[in-house]
Amino acid sequence: MSPLDFLTDLLNPDLAFLPKALAVAVMSSIVCGIVGCFVVLRGMAFIGDAVAHAVFPGLAVAFVVSGNLVLGGTIAGVLTAVLVAIFSQNRRLKEDSVIGVFFVGSFALGIVIISQAPGYAGSLQQFLFGSITGIPDSDLWVVAGTSLLVLATLFALHKELVTVSLDRESARAMGVPVFRIDLVLYVLVTLAVVISVQTIGNVLVLALLITPAATARLLTDRLGMMMLLSPLIGASAALVGLYISWSWVLPTGGTVVLVLTVAFLLAWFLSPRGLLARVHRSRRRRGEPGAGQATLRTAVEGAS
Amino acid sequence: MSAALSVQDVAVELGGREVLHDIRLEVERGELVALLGPNGAGKTTLLRTILGLLRPLRGVVEVDGKPTRPGRTAVGYVPQRHDVAWDFPLSVAQVVMTGLTGRLGLFHRPGLAEWEAVADALDRVRMTDLAERPVDQLSGGQRQRVLVARALVLRPALLLLDEPFTGLDMPTQDLLSELFAELAREDRAVLMTTHDLASALQASDRIALINRTIVASGPPRDLASDHQAWMTAFGVGQRSALLRILEAA
Repeated sequence: MSPLDFLTDLLNPDLAFLPKALAVAVMSSIVCGIVGCFVVLRGMAFIGDAVAHAVFPGLAVAFVVSGNLVLGGTIAGVLTAVLVAIFSQNRRLKEDSVIGVFFVGSFALGIVIISQAPGYAGSLQQFLFGSITGIPDSDLWVVAGTSLLVLATLFALHKELVTVSLDRESARAMGVPVFRIDLVLYVLVTLAVVISVQTIGNVLVLALLITPAATARLLTDRLGMMMLLSPLIGASAALVGLYISWSWVLPTGGTVVLVLTVAFLLAWFLSPRGLLARVHRSRRRRGEPGAGQATLRTAVEGAS
Repeated sequence: MSAALSVQDVAVELGGREVLHDIRLEVERGELVALLGPNGAGKTTLLRTILGLLRPLRGVVEVDGKPTRPGRTAVGYVPQRHDVAWDFPLSVAQVVMTGLTGRLGLFHRPGLAEWEAVADALDRVRMTDLAERPVDQLSGGQRQRVLVARALVLRPALLLLDEPFTGLDMPTQDLLSELFAELAREDRAVLMTTHDLASALQASDRIALINRTIVASGPPRDLASDHQAWMTAFGVGQRSALLRILEAA
């Protein structure tokens, strides 16, 4: 299918679910891309994964009682985060073990709850791997509103988030409320996950949070640039992934994540400090044609 | 006129155990004081108490005559280098700017005055040329300077340095010692913890030996000959290499 056909389908009123899915996918990948920068820079990938699983029982309850999925997921995610924070106070256990206990626990709870719903196998699959059909109009607004809220919070607390991520002890010494800033970040991660789960699926949402930000990190040394590139990469992958999955009848979540993974690999090979640049530099260092004084100096600087 | 830092009869409890007791320590403006003691002597605990992060069980900590409170008292804190996430994609100037986060408060963005303070602090530590350099490309000595600049950006009366020499080679240590002495002479009180005997003896105006309490304190030359104090503070015998180094100093 050509991109033009895809555009025609997007505008076809009989396929109204398609532009809705695209809008939700793009919005959630923008939010995940920006929040993901902090997740990647702080080495919180495991926590991101935990939150992704922790929202599941909330989604299941909301689904069973036909409530609002975003609200249900958020409550479950925040509750689990608070439980982890409390249980981590016991110094005999490291935080990652506590996270391991609670996220699998809440995931299991979600599975048991959703098994109570009629047609359970189908809805389970939808939750785990995402689906582009059946997004109600109201969800479009909930996702848009939540996205704005997350982005506004990130913008307002940017300097606190950076200060705490850089050096907690000094942040505390300056009177920055470190624990509360951490809690806000967990809630933001939870919200980003919740709005993405529907299209991309519970199992794959971690990719939306990590891969665009990791890709952007490979390409730049500037936080501002990273926080611009990451959502751009995420949104492009959402668009391209949806197009490919629609054209070749492939699962949307899986396709979007594969597109992101390809982007990451490309960045890894082609970035200024990537594999290609390194090979190129070492060739120049060995004195192959064109190696002058200046290039030698850059090669040495690059290596140090 | 009260001392820039005054610690009076302070005792601190950590996890139900009294780790510091009867701490008495004063640092005047213009003075560089080195705090020496073995591991677990309570050096970092004392710094955290001065910062107001730990509440003393007894006694009073005052900076410029006022009790310390995080965010309210201008204390420049330089943590150990490994406490900082150097892989964060920030420039030198941006890292220094984070020193003002607490003072600016929520929802306030840095303006011209703040960037001027950053430029000024970078100038003090002679890092102006590297202001735009990503911090992950800096050497250990340069990183230490960045952290000092971040502490200076508050224009504090008191500078606290936690083991600034650890893992640095000799010319770098010398340059940093000079810088610290210079900062002290600019009408600041500087208190640093260190394991580096040579730098402490060379650069500081006064050395305080700590082991749960201040064992002894005095100018390096006088204190170096008081072997009993060093043996008590470090729990070493008469044949320790430590004492031979002191003889040579």
